[in-house]
Amino acid sequence: MANEKIYDRINEQSPWQDITEGNKIFEAATSRDFCTGEWRTATPVWDKDKCKQCLLCTPVCPDSSIPVTAGKREEFDYDHCKGCGICAKVCPFGAIGMREGK
Amino acid sequence: MAIRERLSGNEAVAFAIKQVNPDVMPAFPITPSTEIPQYVANYIANGEIDTEFIPVESEHSAMSATIGASAAGARAITATSSCGMALMWEELYVAASNRLPIVLALVNRALSGPININADHSDSMGARDTGWIQIYAESNQEVYDNFIQAFPIAEDKRVHLPVMICQDGFITSHGVENILLVEDDKVKSFVGEYEPEHYLLNPEEKMAIGPYAVSNYYMETKRAQRQAMIQAREVILETAARFEEMTGRKYGFFEAYCMEDAEYAVVIIGSAAGTCKAAIDEIRSTTGAKVGLIKIRVFRPFPEEEIAEALSGVKAAAILDRSEMFSATSGPLGAEVRAALYQAHSKVETVNYFYGLGGRDITVSDFKTVYGNLETIAQTHVVTGMYEYIGLRSEQSKED
Amino acid sequence: MEQTAYNFKEVMSKPERLAPGHRMCAGCGGTITVRTVLRALEEGDKAVIGNATGCLEVSSFMYPYTAYEDSYIHNAFENAGATLSGVETAYHVLKKKGKIKDNFKFITFGGDGGTYDIGFQSLSGAMERGHDMVYVCYDNGAYMNTGTQRSSATPQYADTTTTPAGKVSAGKVQIRKDLAAIIAEHHVPYVGQSTFTSNFKDLYTKAQKAIYTPGAAFLNVMSPCPRGWGYEPSEMMHICKMAMETCYWPLFEVVEGKWRLNYEPKNKMPIEEFLKPQRRFKHLFKKENEELIGKFQEEIDRRWEELRSKCN
Repeated sequence: MANEKIYDRINEQSPWQDITEGNKIFEAATSRDFCTGEWRTATPVWDKDKCKQCLLCTPVCPDSSIPVTAGKREEFDYDHCKGCGICAKVCPFGAIGMREGK
Repeated sequence: MAIRERLSGNEAVAFAIKQVNPDVMPAFPITPSTEIPQYVANYIANGEIDTEFIPVESEHSAMSATIGASAAGARAITATSSCGMALMWEELYVAASNRLPIVLALVNRALSGPININADHSDSMGARDTGWIQIYAESNQEVYDNFIQAFPIAEDKRVHLPVMICQDGFITSHGVENILLVEDDKVKSFVGEYEPEHYLLNPEEKMAIGPYAVSNYYMETKRAQRQAMIQAREVILETAARFEEMTGRKYGFFEAYCMEDAEYAVVIIGSAAGTCKAAIDEIRSTTGAKVGLIKIRVFRPFPEEEIAEALSGVKAAAILDRSEMFSATSGPLGAEVRAALYQAHSKVETVNYFYGLGGRDITVSDFKTVYGNLETIAQTHVVTGMYEYIGLRSEQSKED
Repeated sequence: MEQTAYNFKEVMSKPERLAPGHRMCAGCGGTITVRTVLRALEEGDKAVIGNATGCLEVSSFMYPYTAYEDSYIHNAFENAGATLSGVETAYHVLKKKGKIKDNFKFITFGGDGGTYDIGFQSLSGAMERGHDMVYVCYDNGAYMNTGTQRSSATPQYADTTTTPAGKVSAGKVQIRKDLAAIIAEHHVPYVGQSTFTSNFKDLYTKAQKAIYTPGAAFLNVMSPCPRGWGYEPSEMMHICKMAMETCYWPLFEVVEGKWRLNYEPKNKMPIEEFLKPQRRFKHLFKKENEELIGKFQEEIDRRWEELRSKCN
């Protein structure tokens, strides 16, 4: 179950009998199983040495792709980051660079 | 022992609501259904029920809030008529496709324009393709009985569809009749405690409802929804059987009156069936003509095979519609019944009339004329008067 | 509810309640609003999230992918207020009947189309009835889901697909409707207007107040749309800053009827600073339209003074 993805159960080939009643979904946050990282045309790169852990990059991410644990940010969630670059612009320490492509 | 009372149709529905004690009722007043939320508000004001009433600012919001409450896990109902239902139209589809077991008390009234407050079926017939179960009544007793049966039908796992309980505006909604009420405890046990499996407020499980679904899902979703409507047929009959055990009153998809030997039949929906029965009794006791009636109770799901079977022995049938659909060929009931007969390879001659639009009376004498026409049609095999209005004033020369 | 001091690091460490994998555009302001508001929920509290039809809805719950960590309901475009009214009322009944023990909060999101315009009646009804819920408008100033048509939240002169700037047109003719003020006139206990500040304290604390003030609350959050406004997605925070520094988008709240200004720039910047980076205002910088910028400025000044006088 743990690694099972929502699309293993419901997908665009599912027969009508497998469609959930009234299209309801009985679990939370299934969108995690959809990788929007594929959309990226530019990729943020985190320079851990320059980072002061001020966290100003985390609330500006439209894709919840800068995870924070106990007051410290972690590596980008590249499965979902769409590469908008807002985080790079707000970093006061130049710790986020943007690289062309995925 | 059943309770003998004299109630209007609106009072009967309100009384049933009191007995069922639903959780949430959002509603917006509209003639002739206004009394229903008023009675409910009074029950609440006097501490007689636990229902929360939401005095919404429109019928669109009434159905929206009913959907919200039902999705949240509450037993939710509303009431409306005519333009109120038209304003709900979008939401009727959402309620059905979300598979929410909402019960709606509809007091049928003509749609605008011109604005008219009297009975016809244009409101519910306009909503016939929204995915709701539709059950109609001839009398106050039937409205009451149907309303109580609506909950176990809607909430059955095989169904999970909203149900519309229809009655004719003013004719039954405001007409006071003798009625037999079921005792409170019996009603409560008949409808049972509402215990949904999936709902927004379930602390054990998160739920998301109302997605955007692309083409690859939409058609499968509709097919699943259709399955619920197919399964509703058996559930409606099982519920009726259970109701008969409790009350002795028998219900099916339709009532067949004097149909055993009938040669000429009328097919009709709603209160006008009573007038038709009076005509049948009179005709049979005077001329002896073998006339009968099919009174549709369940219009959605449509009992196609059963109706074709019920009409299989007659020579001619008149299907009477109480709403226009401006197809320039037929009315909604006419189209359905004739499709059923065609599919059954029936040779029955049919004619489709319109009556009672905007509250126009239909009389015993009108029905006698209809049966007379059927005899002529059966003899000549020439269908005259197809797609005509009964009781219409017309300057004959201009009509022709 | 007692307000504790804003600890940015603690707030950022709270669990995420909007999951990634939704299909909003890169650089979308809408989901930044949603994330921040939902983060204001206390960790033990459950919530039902409502949503009007719009970009957010079609992108955050595409069957079978929901982006919400909480239960979620979308019904239609014009009825997010009414729909959540029903959910909230159900909660009270089920709680009264002992069928639910947990605490639930009710928050609904709508764009300016679903809020200022088509859903205005439903919102007004829900606010007037006083349901214990928060309605959050993520205001991006046009109908973005259908391709940037004007709304009553669109600023004057904006070039939209239904108010295109052309040879004889300078974009939208009318000025913006002030929805936060209109909702404040419903005399609900809490109304806040916000956008994104660098540490998000303003929006977060307003969301907290809105959620934990009993009764109906309304938040109007300017949520920039890079596609509709025509600016580089990475420039979002600069756009927000200019909106505040020019007083185009004042931060204020109305608490129990008392108006309070939350930010007053030391030196109010000219409106050009907000307009210039956006393609939708590009035509205003043509020679022949110079006076329109002056008129835009006049309107900003008039409304700023009006707001200041309410807040004094």
